[in-house]
Amino acid sequence: MTEPAKPIIQIQNVSKRFGKVTAVDNVSLDINAGEFFVLLGPSGCGKTTLLRMIAGFELPTEGRILIDGQDMAGIPPNKRPVNMVFQSYAVFPHMSVADNVAYGLKIAGVKGGEIKDRVAEALELVKLGGFGERMPDQMSGGQRQRVALARSLVMRPKVLLLDEPLSALDAKLRAQMQFELSELQEKVGITFVTVTHDQDEALSMACRIGVINKGEVAQLATPSDLYEYPANRFVADFVGSVNIFEGKLTLDEPDKAAVDCPGVGKIYLNHGVTGPHGADVWIALRPEKIYLHVPGEGKAVKAAAQDAPDGYNFARGKIKGMSYLGDITLFEIELDGGARIRVSRPNLSRHDQEDFTWDDRVSMHWRADSPVVLLG
Amino acid sequence: MALFARTPVAPLEYSRTLWMRLWVGAVMVFLYAPLVVLMIFSFNDSKRNVVWRGFTTKYYEKALGNDQLVEALINSLTIAAFATLASLVLGTLAAVMLWRFRFPWKGAIDGTISLPIIVPEICLGVAFLMFFAAVGWPTDLVWPFNLGAITIAHITFCFPFVTMVVRSRLASFNREQEEAAKDLGASEAQVFRDVLVPHIKPALVAGALLAFTLSLDDFVITYFTSGPDTITFPVKVYSMVRFSVTPEVNAASTLLIILTVILTFIALKAQGVKAIAETH
Repeated sequence: MTEPAKPIIQIQNVSKRFGKVTAVDNVSLDINAGEFFVLLGPSGCGKTTLLRMIAGFELPTEGRILIDGQDMAGIPPNKRPVNMVFQSYAVFPHMSVADNVAYGLKIAGVKGGEIKDRVAEALELVKLGGFGERMPDQMSGGQRQRVALARSLVMRPKVLLLDEPLSALDAKLRAQMQFELSELQEKVGITFVTVTHDQDEALSMACRIGVINKGEVAQLATPSDLYEYPANRFVADFVGSVNIFEGKLTLDEPDKAAVDCPGVGKIYLNHGVTGPHGADVWIALRPEKIYLHVPGEGKAVKAAAQDAPDGYNFARGKIKGMSYLGDITLFEIELDGGARIRVSRPNLSRHDQEDFTWDDRVSMHWRADSPVVLLG
Repeated sequence: MALFARTPVAPLEYSRTLWMRLWVGAVMVFLYAPLVVLMIFSFNDSKRNVVWRGFTTKYYEKALGNDQLVEALINSLTIAAFATLASLVLGTLAAVMLWRFRFPWKGAIDGTISLPIIVPEICLGVAFLMFFAAVGWPTDLVWPFNLGAITIAHITFCFPFVTMVVRSRLASFNREQEEAAKDLGASEAQVFRDVLVPHIKPALVAGALLAFTLSLDDFVITYFTSGPDTITFPVKVYSMVRFSVTPEVNAASTLLIILTVILTFIALKAQGVKAIAETH
């Protein structure tokens, strides 16, 4: 894109309180035109409330929401330039698929011939061409969802809102729909805003993700930034699997830093963190970024020494748990220092899972750019 | 037992156990034997109608030729039609109101709405008698306006039934459908017409049937609110029985039963039996 991203939705200092419960707490964020934005968070974090406020089904207690520069205060849901795909799909059971898709156009007073063309086009878009005469109860859950999608897309909204769109589908279909939704979004060029509690879904589909925790934005980032550079413990823990250790910052210079984690060891980073010296911090270390070695040959120490000073970035321990998942094997290791650490190891060959077993002593190392220092 | 047990009876196959069959048979006889006797004796060639004296259809001719009886039937059908229509509108609106909105005194209104079902009919009848006397309800109106008092009384006890049936159907409504319709641009009225009414349609049919049959065969309340010119079918049959139970009464009753059965059948057919069953 050559021109700078233009916000289509501006959420400005929005709060929503239900009685004494604050569902959304002073949230401000911009969603750009044409992007696939995902609101990610645990259940009850306020993400759905936020989505419903954009759609107009809930009104903000404070703050305002602008869509395409226009303040939405006082504009009811049926007058907003957004459409929503509901969690239950909410396909009208007494109407045929074509009538479902045509409903919004009929209300808008579009002429019969044009309705027919646009319905056919929308059904084609979601790969339901030829299903127009079917009734919803003759269709599977996945097909009903496509009907709901077509019903919204046919309105050519500025923004399409999707509330947990894949939660009711089985795992295989969900993976397929993730791709299809991204593809569809690119094809129609409409801004998609999706709510989900499923991090895989968020990472695979989103241009940008807003992680919501307890009604506040915990982090706003691209999927890879979110995973590799989590801003706080909540995000690190919620997105993906992670080891988190408490430690003290002992060295902090522009190009290097060191953290002393009791129970784990000394951790070295090849970049600065700009935290106060001696402060309590947390280290996040992803299981897949830890390399396992057989102990005794000094391989771990040697590997760690490649980008860290002696005595840093390696540890020894004993395998306390293993789970073989096919593509990877997960290890739960009790370190000599006392801490427990999770390590995942790809099964690159068929016999890889035979390398280690319960109660084996192992050593491990990680690279100096792998640990993330978290201040909060 | 060898007669039944070709394949062993599975634990939940109650319909194949002997005691269950006997019980169901007994219930059927208890429920329907009186009706069957009534129908058979409508063909009895006897004035006193106590013992069977041979087959005839002359009492049907007599019943249909009885101007007063036919007039009573027309009155009953007219009242039932108006009462059903009004109950349907009132009852549905009440159900939607109680389901959809929060408002002060909701609990009290919720409780009193079903009062006409609970209050003994005789009390309701007396109450209406007093009420219409107190307000000076005119008794000399032309047909069908002279049926107004009875119709109002019937609406009172019919519409709570509609409310009950519609409310139970509303409980299964997915509110996201309402929101989806609004999201697609529908106004409140369009949501009601296009989404809510289709959903509660089976309940509307069931409620209308209930109201119609309740109104058609009501005796007690009607007896208190009818005047000399506004005799309904049940009241007329009662007055005929007071003189003697002739096969003419049987014939008239049989016609009423057949009429009700046909109406029910049409309604079930129109809706699909499954849809009706869903309401309950």
